[in-house]
Amino acid sequence: MKNKYSIFSLIKNAFSYHENWGKAWKDPVPKKEYDAVIIGGGGHGLATAYYLAKKHNMKNIAVVEKGWIGGGNTGRNTTIIRSNYLWDASAGLYDHALKLWEGLSQEINYNVMFSQRGVMNLAHNLQDIRDLKRRTHANRLNGIDAVYLSTEEVKKFCPIINTSPNIRYPVLGGTLQRRAGTARHDAVAWGYARGADEMGVDIIQNCEVKGIKRNGDEVEGIETTKGFIKTKKVGVVAAGHSSVLANMAGLRLPLESKPLQALVSEPVKPIIDTVVMSNAVHAYVSQSDKGELVIGAGTDDYVSYSQKGSHDIVEGTLNAILELYPIFSRMRMLRQWGGIVDICPDASPIISKTTVKGLYFNCGWGTGGFKATPGSGDLFAHTIANDEPHKLNAAFNLNRFVSGDLVDEHGAAAVAH
Amino acid sequence: MFLITCPFCGEREQSEFKAGGEAHIIRPKQPTELSDDEWAEYLFMRKNIKGVQLERWNHANGCRKWFNAVRDTNNDEIKAIYKMGEKPPSI
Amino acid sequence: MLKNLRVKTSKFIDETTNVSFKFNGKTYYGFKGDTLASALLSNDVHLVGRSFKYHRPRGIMTAGSEEPNAIVQTNDNSAFTEPNVRATEIEIYDGLEASSQNCWPNVDFDIGGINNFLSPLLPAGFYYKTFMWPASFWEKYEYVIRHSAGLGKSPTEPDPDIYDHRYIHCDVLVIGAGITGIMAAKTAAKNNLKTLLLDEKTELGGSTIYQNSDFIKINDQSTSTWLENEITELEKLDNLEIKTRTSVAAYHGYNYLLARENLTDHLSKDDAKNKVRQRLLKIRAKKVIVATGSLERPMVFNNNDRPGIMLSSAIKKYADYYGVATGQKNIFFTNNDTAYESAISLSNKGIKVEAIVDIRENSNSEFTKEAENLGIKIYKNHTVVDTHGYKKLNKISIMELSKDGQSFTNSNKTILDCDCLGMAGGWTPAVHLFTQSGGKLKFRDQDQVFIPNKYPSDQISIGSCNGDFELDEIIKNTSKSLREFLNINQTDFDNLDTKCPKDKIVRNIWLLPSDEVIGKTKPFVDYQNDATANDIKLALREGFRSIEHVKRYTTTGMGTDQGKLGNMHALGIIADTTGIKVGELGTTTFRPPYTPLTFGTMVGRNVGEYFDAFRRTPMNDWHIENKAEFENVGQWKRAWYYPKNDETMHDAVQRESKAARDGAGILDASTLGKIDIQGTDASEFLNRVYTNAWSKLAIGKCRYGLMLNEDGMVYDDGVTTRLDENHYIMTTTTGGAANVLSKLEDYLQTEWPELDVYLSSVTDHYATASVCGPNSKKILNKIIPDLDLSDENFPHMSFKNAKIDNIKCRVMRISFTGEHTYEINVQANFGKSLWEMCMEAGEEFKITPYGTETMHLLRAEKGFIIVGQDTDGTMTPIDLQMDWIVSKKKYDFIGKRSLYRSDTMKEDRKQLVGLITDNPSEVLEEGAQIVANTNATPVEMLGHVTSSYYSPNLNKSIALAVVRGGKNMMGQKLIIAMENKNINVTIVDPVFFDKENVRLNA
Repeated sequence: MKNKYSIFSLIKNAFSYHENWGKAWKDPVPKKEYDAVIIGGGGHGLATAYYLAKKHNMKNIAVVEKGWIGGGNTGRNTTIIRSNYLWDASAGLYDHALKLWEGLSQEINYNVMFSQRGVMNLAHNLQDIRDLKRRTHANRLNGIDAVYLSTEEVKKFCPIINTSPNIRYPVLGGTLQRRAGTARHDAVAWGYARGADEMGVDIIQNCEVKGIKRNGDEVEGIETTKGFIKTKKVGVVAAGHSSVLANMAGLRLPLESKPLQALVSEPVKPIIDTVVMSNAVHAYVSQSDKGELVIGAGTDDYVSYSQKGSHDIVEGTLNAILELYPIFSRMRMLRQWGGIVDICPDASPIISKTTVKGLYFNCGWGTGGFKATPGSGDLFAHTIANDEPHKLNAAFNLNRFVSGDLVDEHGAAAVAH
Repeated sequence: MFLITCPFCGEREQSEFKAGGEAHIIRPKQPTELSDDEWAEYLFMRKNIKGVQLERWNHANGCRKWFNAVRDTNNDEIKAIYKMGEKPPSI
Repeated sequence: MLKNLRVKTSKFIDETTNVSFKFNGKTYYGFKGDTLASALLSNDVHLVGRSFKYHRPRGIMTAGSEEPNAIVQTNDNSAFTEPNVRATEIEIYDGLEASSQNCWPNVDFDIGGINNFLSPLLPAGFYYKTFMWPASFWEKYEYVIRHSAGLGKSPTEPDPDIYDHRYIHCDVLVIGAGITGIMAAKTAAKNNLKTLLLDEKTELGGSTIYQNSDFIKINDQSTSTWLENEITELEKLDNLEIKTRTSVAAYHGYNYLLARENLTDHLSKDDAKNKVRQRLLKIRAKKVIVATGSLERPMVFNNNDRPGIMLSSAIKKYADYYGVATGQKNIFFTNNDTAYESAISLSNKGIKVEAIVDIRENSNSEFTKEAENLGIKIYKNHTVVDTHGYKKLNKISIMELSKDGQSFTNSNKTILDCDCLGMAGGWTPAVHLFTQSGGKLKFRDQDQVFIPNKYPSDQISIGSCNGDFELDEIIKNTSKSLREFLNINQTDFDNLDTKCPKDKIVRNIWLLPSDEVIGKTKPFVDYQNDATANDIKLALREGFRSIEHVKRYTTTGMGTDQGKLGNMHALGIIADTTGIKVGELGTTTFRPPYTPLTFGTMVGRNVGEYFDAFRRTPMNDWHIENKAEFENVGQWKRAWYYPKNDETMHDAVQRESKAARDGAGILDASTLGKIDIQGTDASEFLNRVYTNAWSKLAIGKCRYGLMLNEDGMVYDDGVTTRLDENHYIMTTTTGGAANVLSKLEDYLQTEWPELDVYLSSVTDHYATASVCGPNSKKILNKIIPDLDLSDENFPHMSFKNAKIDNIKCRVMRISFTGEHTYEINVQANFGKSLWEMCMEAGEEFKITPYGTETMHLLRAEKGFIIVGQDTDGTMTPIDLQMDWIVSKKKYDFIGKRSLYRSDTMKEDRKQLVGLITDNPSEVLEEGAQIVANTNATPVEMLGHVTSSYYSPNLNKSIALAVVRGGKNMMGQKLIIAMENKNINVTIVDPVFFDKENVRLNA
């Protein structure tokens, strides 16, 4: 293994003033042909390549990325990881990912700082209570750790929440998944990239896909700004731009791409030691290792690729934050930004074959894809390698929109993120 | 936050409006005669265009009228507004 | 030893008003008009804080919002305290308390300073490479990392201050009131345009207002004198609003800008009391003129961060504006003429300037000549290679640069005594707002600056933020730009006589060489985050090529100063290392806000009870008077139950439920959505939106309807009444009212414009009292004696117009409880009277008010669903065993087609059933999961409990549930799998009570 990372290698390199560290990944010129090409160098795409090489022994593969790896939603999200989903299919998918998170730093020898500080979801009305209890019971029976908390227990776990009964939407209870938490988003992309690169995967940045070439019902290759690349298998993992790529292949997807915004405060000493999410009072917050409060806002309702959302959404989010945490009023917003999220009608992802042989899509993660990164990559790799979904992603096929067998995490009142 | 010119009320903040998604997806007159695939196409499949898109908007916090807009989804620039039932202007 | 370094009276400082303040617990004095930074400097306090990672001692570097180092915690009150406040921005007032951050036990002796010695182990991204063993230890490592990171401390009590919002629409917004901003505002306002001028500083005039150089003149006056006169004239103009202490935070599309106006932060606590602290201005401007100026660049060299090392322009401002000498042995270090300008200004005030170290080989402007004349020693072609002094600069080492600027001509090192080093690394146009708005930049090679290239909206940039740095070109270009932009023939500034030094030479070296091994040096690029040039080179070495990657890997530019000082150097160092030109690298995105904004300002008044609107029914006061507990349903506050004496909720609900069936009950049903539907096609419209048929509903009759989404799932339900041939009133669920109306309007306007139908929301127009129970008829008879209440005249599911004391009302005989029920609707303002009248008439029948909880219980006894509780967006009417309401004959209705898809037609979908527990007193938990077999793992879940109550009328526990294939499982035993026990249940018909509906007519 090249350049294994550890405290010892750090000390060793300190003596040479860190001038001997090698490249985390190369910068290759694309080959003429690959056994498979992954479009999209975000966390999911890089993880897909990593597992294709690692578990399916596909080494002659490439990841093509329009900009720089991890520059899309991977580097823009609020890094929440949890698996307490309602439906069996979702629970299976996200808990598979969570289990991979638990050993990921060691697996890829890159500290992704997965911090199991717990995720709380708050209830603010009687239906929230019913929904959260329903979900907690389902989680428990699916082997996912989750407990229901009374208002007092919520307060005890996170003392800074305003649990006064006199606020506009009082906290009536909540759930806690202790195995849930946060991770360092950039590290996930970089770590998988380094791991994939080491196994021979070509990571090609600044390479935009301009067309997907079909021969009848089969994929032949892709046109890129760095020339034509021949391949029989194309996995598209392009988040907000999935529809754009689908259109290149003459397909339509049940997706809408919308702005999602987030913001961080200036860094402060530790003040909140868990992740708290509220669906009814739309606010979720955690604190990064650096000390910034990391706050997720909602989506706008219109399609946009501008990576900008409306100010009202951000303002509304901060309204909610101050409702639940009035002590944060004097904290300052340091940065705000937007991403483009592709949302399915049932708020569940698509990890699926398509009607075109050799063309696979992994998309529709909406506002919550980061948490699934390792699982999504693993299952998508399986689907591409075997031309057949794994049982854990079988439900997330494209045909569900025809049959009506949706995985409705939306309507089922699971939280949106 | 962009500005939208409601054809009935004039220029207003986007936050007064509700987006209605892709325009000109006509509800089939005889849904029961469609195949499951065709019905799914109507129900769920969207062009989700990156670029100039024809889309529906509702002046929800205003006159409640629906109308269509031509908008560039790359930068949210609204190129034209036209009423329901009218043909899209050529842009 | 306290020194007073005040050198000269300044008109911007009120030296007659002493202000006392505390810093790190010690009392100091300054003058009114001082910032904390200028006051500290006047007391010879340079050590102000510690850096983020290495905890290195840091001082005051700038005099503005770009300050990376001097950030402090103000106020030690747990509610008022504020972290990360820039000492350069806060104006002192009597009683101000501030302290250093990120140090323990104190700024003088900080344990964290050990990190500086460990720094060889802490290069960029070190944390990605370690802390991985043992795997379970990350959280322990993280605990330490988290506690050593962070800067100041969050308040721990709610903020007592008030914040506000204001909307401003103007013709022209001018951002920045420096010389060009003043020119722009005056020109716009004089041309009859409604103009708004904003500046983040206390005074107008930018740096020109204290510019008295003999070498820079306008119309033979000093520039400050000239500008003062302009400002005096400006302030007389009518259609101009000027706001100082107002910082533009964000520039969004369509010329929408957000600015923060600081109103009380410069006042003492007493003076600030009850006043708005900060106001967010939401500005829509037809035209925007950006005149944000430029920021001076530091120089990147070894140990360029010690207290006493400052920007040359800041030293000048402290001397000229605040009258404070920042040092007694001043040296400037420069690559351009700015430092000479500052040095001359200092010398003229009697502040000693020892030397100027200039990396240029020559420079012959009037400034350099004057500096030489003043006897300042000039080291041309020299660079600072190191600095000395741990907590305060005391020496610098300089060496002579080689031709290429990357090494030295010889190994001679000169050591100079120095307590204040002014860095003058050139200027960076403040293009942050321009790029936030979507503007594209271009790179100007000659002086290595990014300047605006393509404007995305109706805006211009003028002055130094547009890359004009010399007075003559500033005046000339600004007046030309203004003429074009405002479409006018002339400005007051077209023929000014300007004088300024020419022939300025710049030599730019992004990373200055050191005689030390580079790995041992600390040339800081981002001071606050302790990112050095070495970190940037390490990132590049490891394959991070994009500027965004380098930024994220090294954290350059991610501090609270958003990299205002160092971002250009980061780009320059990347360019030098990779051989790619700066202009081709592109910049990182400048994300809003320009300077951090308090959450309080963003939120304004929308806190506490104003967080979200309350909707209350006309009967609300009665509910309060009668001690009701309330439930939030959407925005509504609904009476939940009415505890008597010390009743528990359970007892109250049992009592209310029994009373409603045994005698009479009354419910405030005003919150149900009500939509008035009129038009000749109203019946056809209902046919299309509901699953059942409506054409044949007789006038005066009511019908229950179920509305689906187009995907076949139940969306809403309610009773609709035919008031007249072409007139219906539809009721919806409380929470769904707005969405239903919106959905109906959508279909009506876009799919079926041919239908003659008009919809109006009348939810708020009517108040509704629902009187139920065996005595309801008698009560109604007392209220409306002339209404024939016989079953023949007024049967179940019918409606009558009536009058109560001349007040029109609509009475529907409909029932959600299974009891004989009348719903009386009156104009909303009579709601409370109606309610009281019912209570009075019902007194002899023991009428009992009941809330939503009892309503839920009573309807569950009857097996009536609540949309949103018993359904979740995945239930079809067939799943609800409500096949009877789905018309087979109708050609189409919303959602019909979706009911015939392969999945929606499956037999084993989850279906609504009733459950009874083996132990009749055991009440199930709503949300509990239902299983057949608990032995398998994972346990297969068949469904869940949607509604569950103890029925006082049946004396047993009842529940509604959805169960996979439940329709065909009547009588089967299942298990409710709780955490610590299993509860045995039996599937039964969901109608528990009065299956024959005899009570409806009782």
